[in-house]
Amino acid sequence: MGVVEIEAQQVSLETTPGGLRHEAFHRLIRNPGAIAGAVIVTAFVIVALFAPLLAPYSPTAINLELVSDGCCPGPSWEHPMGVDDLGRDELSRVIYGARYSLLIGIVSVTVGLTAGLILGSTAGYFGRLDNLIMRIVDVMLAIPGFLMAIGIAALMGPGLLSVMIAIGIVNIPIFTRLMRGSILGQKENDYVLAARAVGVPNRKVLVNHILPNAISPVIVAGTLALATAIIDAAGLGFLGLGPQEPSTPEWGTMLTDAVRYLQTAPFLAFFPGLAIVIVVMGFNLIGDGLREALDPKLRGRA
Amino acid sequence: MTEPLLDVDSLEVRFWTRRGTVYAVNGISFSLNAGETLGIVGESGCGKSVTALALMGILPRAGRVTAGTASYGGRDLYTQSEAEWQRFRGKEIAMIFQDPMTSLNPVLTVGSQLREAIEAHLDVSKKEASDRVVELLDRVGIPQARARAKDYPHQFSGGMRQRAMIAIALACEPKVIIADEPTTALDVTIQAQILDLLRDLVDERGTALILITHDLGVVAGMCERVQVMYAGTVVETGDAVPIFASPRHPYTLGLLQSVPRLDTGRRQALHPIEGAPPNMLTEPVSCPFAPRCRYAQEDCLASVPLLRSIGEQQAACFHPAPSDEWARTRLQGVA
Repeated sequence: MGVVEIEAQQVSLETTPGGLRHEAFHRLIRNPGAIAGAVIVTAFVIVALFAPLLAPYSPTAINLELVSDGCCPGPSWEHPMGVDDLGRDELSRVIYGARYSLLIGIVSVTVGLTAGLILGSTAGYFGRLDNLIMRIVDVMLAIPGFLMAIGIAALMGPGLLSVMIAIGIVNIPIFTRLMRGSILGQKENDYVLAARAVGVPNRKVLVNHILPNAISPVIVAGTLALATAIIDAAGLGFLGLGPQEPSTPEWGTMLTDAVRYLQTAPFLAFFPGLAIVIVVMGFNLIGDGLREALDPKLRGRA
Repeated sequence: MTEPLLDVDSLEVRFWTRRGTVYAVNGISFSLNAGETLGIVGESGCGKSVTALALMGILPRAGRVTAGTASYGGRDLYTQSEAEWQRFRGKEIAMIFQDPMTSLNPVLTVGSQLREAIEAHLDVSKKEASDRVVELLDRVGIPQARARAKDYPHQFSGGMRQRAMIAIALACEPKVIIADEPTTALDVTIQAQILDLLRDLVDERGTALILITHDLGVVAGMCERVQVMYAGTVVETGDAVPIFASPRHPYTLGLLQSVPRLDTGRRQALHPIEGAPPNMLTEPVSCPFAPRCRYAQEDCLASVPLLRSIGEQQAACFHPAPSDEWARTRLQGVA
């Protein structure tokens, strides 16, 4: 057996099979926090997808008889989270609210991520317009994110779509900056030079070599941004910039409506608030788990 | 004599940095014939690697070729468009980098990176590309090539990664391979294997090789011609045998004298070259080696020496070392 073969055998004994993504996954599932986050987020997505099957009542069914004795009857067997001022079942509304939060989270992060990827790659890899893009990003980052979201949502007129776009736009500079930094960091690597040296076209170098290496921090930030987006959406809803239809069971809007009954029926604010906290915590736990799992310093180690 | 394959004439490369302009390569000229092996020797920062990157058209953004020409098979490299460069790199000249640990992409399998190099230039079907991947890995001595092609770089040892890099460089049968310190990052035992492999491969394909190194032993064993670089200029060039037998430029002599030898006594002091390499932030106006040179005289500081025939080689020196100096000091060491 030649030296190389012995060497090859030793090497294959030392390392785990599969790629780095595989290893990252193994690190992820050994992290209890990430597991908890995954459970919460999975439950949240299931609730959102199957809301009509899970909700005991319609979220918009008004039943004034229930509130004839004053607002508002607290939790009971028929209505585990109580009913609101119009006699609508709070549990059903919280369940349907998951759909809005999921939608807002996904759409706004997708808007921010897509724009950030394109702008960040243009600035970081091609170097065209680098200064222009980054100065605009600096200006956008100088404005507090939530204030900017309020401004944009107010400009576009209140509504679900405005909320999603507003939060998406607020995310753009964050993702752009992250993507550019990550690409700049990867661009100077030897393997990029080596790929160019065999004549791989620039675009392919970016897509095949740089993005897969540069994307990890963006995945982490994207997960964490989902959590922030849900909070911001609730905030915008609370300020009255969310869905205007009063029957829309959006968590933030529900909180606004609950303010009037905070003294007599605190549970009306408590349950949507709790839902927000749990879901946000779930995304944060996954995000942190991913950050640890994808840490380049741990790469190549089991 | 036939037309040289690669002809570099008065090439200059500058870098614009925050600290000022770096005069990295200051007018070097050389040519390379098909199938020839040329060694470029010099210490860190003397412009060896920059020359290689310039010939591949992959200088960092801060650097640019400011003067001189390089022609390959009659075509001028620096008038090529980016698309022409892309067709050129890998197909005509390929490069092997110093550190195999970092020059393979960690998230792609070795096989897919090899396939990418093949598909960049050859119009082949998926099946043909896969077969060629296995064939190349097999040729560079990777056991169980078909299975190992699916491995990621971190599952390869350093030596195997450098073998894979060689396979990538060979993928499209280039006529010239530039190997930039291909063994510096490897163990000594692996170094010898890699160099043997490289030599076998360029021999059997008639590929020309430019071997960039600071290891004089490697050059002596591998190259027909040698070119010694200092501070962005070629200070001595010629056939390997006369240069190693009788170096005339004081810098080459100093390099040879600074190598520890087994056949001298252990107490024999090493002879480092005193002083430090020159500041590359100013354009050279005198012999760049003069401040460190024991043969330097006043006229060395007045102008830049040009390459001229001295003995059997060419050296850029006004006051070259005596032709028997190296032979004399070497014998002294043994005694």
